[in-house]
Amino acid sequence: MTIVTALLTLGILALIFGAILGFAGVRFKVEGDPLVEQIDAVLPQTQCGQCGYPGCKPYAEAIANGDEINKCPPGGEATIKKLADLMGVEAKPLDAAHGQEDVKKVAFIREDECIGCTKCIVACPVDAIVGAAKQMHTVISDECTGCDLCVDPCPVDCIDMVPVDQTTGSWDWKLPQSGKGDIAIKVVQ
Amino acid sequence: MTDFNHVIERLKTNRLWRFPGGVHPEDNKQLSNQVAIERPPLADVLYIPLKQHIGDQGHCIVSEGDHVLKGQALTTTYHPYAVPVHAPTSGTISHIGEHVSAHPSGLTEASITLVPDGLDEWCQLQPHADYMSMDKLKLIEILCDAGISGMGGAGFPTHIKANSRKTIEFLIINGIECEPYITSDDRLMREYAWQIRQGMDILQHIIQPKAVVVAIEDNKPEAIEAMQIACNQKPDCHIVSVPTVYPAGGEKQLIQVLTGREVPGDGLPEDIGTVMFNVGTCFAVADAVCNGKPLIERVVTLTGGGIKQPKNVWAMLGTPVSHLVEYAGLLAPQEEESTIIMGGPMMGFTVGNPLMPVVKITNCLLVPEPNELRQGDNERPCIRCSACADACPASLLPQQLYWHAKAKEYDKAQSYNLFDCIECGACAYVCPSDIPLVQYYRQAKSAIRNERDEKNKAEKAKARFEARKARLDAEKQEREERHRKAAEARLAAAKAKTASADNTASQVEQKSKSAAAAAAIARAKAKKAQQQADVATHTDTPAVDTATTEDARKAKVAAAVARAKAKKAQQTETAHNADAPAADTATTEEARKAKVAAAVARAKAKKAQSKESHFVEEKPAEDKKKKAEAQPDDNVQEDKKARVAAAVEKAKAKARQRAQARQKEQGAEE
Repeated sequence: MTIVTALLTLGILALIFGAILGFAGVRFKVEGDPLVEQIDAVLPQTQCGQCGYPGCKPYAEAIANGDEINKCPPGGEATIKKLADLMGVEAKPLDAAHGQEDVKKVAFIREDECIGCTKCIVACPVDAIVGAAKQMHTVISDECTGCDLCVDPCPVDCIDMVPVDQTTGSWDWKLPQSGKGDIAIKVVQ
Repeated sequence: MTDFNHVIERLKTNRLWRFPGGVHPEDNKQLSNQVAIERPPLADVLYIPLKQHIGDQGHCIVSEGDHVLKGQALTTTYHPYAVPVHAPTSGTISHIGEHVSAHPSGLTEASITLVPDGLDEWCQLQPHADYMSMDKLKLIEILCDAGISGMGGAGFPTHIKANSRKTIEFLIINGIECEPYITSDDRLMREYAWQIRQGMDILQHIIQPKAVVVAIEDNKPEAIEAMQIACNQKPDCHIVSVPTVYPAGGEKQLIQVLTGREVPGDGLPEDIGTVMFNVGTCFAVADAVCNGKPLIERVVTLTGGGIKQPKNVWAMLGTPVSHLVEYAGLLAPQEEESTIIMGGPMMGFTVGNPLMPVVKITNCLLVPEPNELRQGDNERPCIRCSACADACPASLLPQQLYWHAKAKEYDKAQSYNLFDCIECGACAYVCPSDIPLVQYYRQAKSAIRNERDEKNKAEKAKARFEARKARLDAEKQEREERHRKAAEARLAAAKAKTASADNTASQVEQKSKSAAAAAAIARAKAKKAQQQADVATHTDTPAVDTATTEDARKAKVAAAVARAKAKKAQQTETAHNADAPAADTATTEEARKAKVAAAVARAKAKKAQSKESHFVEEKPAEDKKKKAEAQPDDNVQEDKKARVAAAVEKAKAKARQRAQARQKEQGAEE
């Protein structure tokens, strides 16, 4: 009799917990792969495809599936370090096969030379180029990620990648600096 | 939070609170506070940066060559965080562009260069003496239009501070001026106490606080006296003498000293019922409302052992630093050797370019003697003495911040409240190892800010990328949908045909006929193109005509192919005519193919034609050029044509280059 009671009790408990688990499984279902989202958040979102994937999200998926973390030149060492922390793997130097880490650049169209072919507009992954057929095009520099993808399709080579100038807003108080811009000047006793 | 009445009681009996830390550097104020504020001669050129405050710059509303009057607005804005700048004197705008700005980086910013005409002619001013009867919002608008931003150092737009929606208990007027050497607020209080009081009244009218507190450090007894006289008949106003300790003039520190309340790290003074204005700001507020004058000049202290006659001057905004320093006289024999510091010795920065302009937040120009100040460039290792932690007025752990900032572990530095650092320099002042601590913090702060900006930008790029992808997908789907519908329609048509088998044969014939017609048109066009090509061959250079004849030949070939296909289609149709209903779909498809081929041929022919017509055009254009070189209109057109031709050439060259590269690659592979 005791055995039957115990079996019944345990069985009922198992059913209840099973029901709770089942409910939780449906109620708190995680959509998509959170790891991919995390990796994607670390990537610089230039959508340049230098890693060999068509955009940052596909590369994030590839990393989640075990691809190397050192294929992103726009992100450079900083991104590799962050990815290494996130994935729990050793940080590696940037894979030179995918390009070199470079200063931040944006595309600039020499408007006199533009023939209005719209090829760059089609190539731009973030819709940062405005213009119409046979009309001069131009780059919205605030939206440009500097991915370089518009340079190659241009039939007249009128697109330059220009380095982003430092402004007073982005200036970062260079550390090895004496005399210029220093503070905390002491009174000699 | 301390009770209001309790605070008032303590203020009356002068029992104040204390903030942690603080240092006592030699103040050296007697150097420059002995003589009245002077007015130096006008500078030859003024450089007015469009942005002289925290926030965004306005849009320039003048253009080069314009003549402007003193006090005329040069920029305008609808952005709430931006205030306009005004012409400090009458003169001509000689240039609008980048000029070195009053920033430690010495980088350039958008500025207006004004050449004064020496007349100093005011524009029409609108004084509002009866401000007591005016609407609060109207007054705030006047403050904004006058371009007033905080003159104590941070440059926060005053109209935003004054427009607080929270209940304000204490309106604090900051006359502390705790940084060594600087005496501009001191002299202003001594000489213009009455106007400062006017400004206080206006701000009081706008903000409606429960009490007004004027805080002045006890090393300025004359200023305290002057303000006491000015505020004599103001019952709810308290003039408080604050013990001298650096940085008592910091906003958060002064609030703590006067009210015992601490501003939360992520909050604003208005959250704890206080709002603070500098005495200079009060002066400017009174000027703006009572006299209608915008903020175009301020008091600047010229001091230091390297200056012959240290003093305070009224400097027009935009005056180059060199002009003022020369006015006060330099002791150093080689003038370019001397260091100029903008701001005080604790928080100022070295002026890299002597043409750097005075802006709304410039309170001092300090020219030290060679051995007067020691620069912190002989940094030694940290000995962990923790003197910095004792000196920190914000109760931070400067040593931890230093380690993390140096190791670029910014998230850890942030967890030690890096952004609560007010960059007062007290920690670096006491450091026995001469570590430029604040430099590290500033660097870490800007790195974090840049990272954040980058992240925001990445988010934006991602959103745009995804929006584009969604759009492309939608377009693709739409196209597929269209194709599907077209296929369905065709199927329906085919079914209709099965119903009437007799009609079908004639229909098929018709279709093949139309295909034949299309081919014929293509043929005709190709012929025409060839003819034109022939013309071009006669008139044009041989290099060009090879290209064109080639094109024409291609078109011809294409047309021939189309023709053949059409013929084939026709043949198959006649063959299948007997069992027409069954083979129907196949034949229509073939007919369509033929049509497509014909269309391609047409397109090619057209392309060839357009190219030739282009070359034909070029010839007369050249003739024209020779004929009428004097006519500039023609020249413009020719330029354009030439450019187009150049672009086409370039495109061709590129295509050729690519083809060659491809060939080479293939060769290599083989």
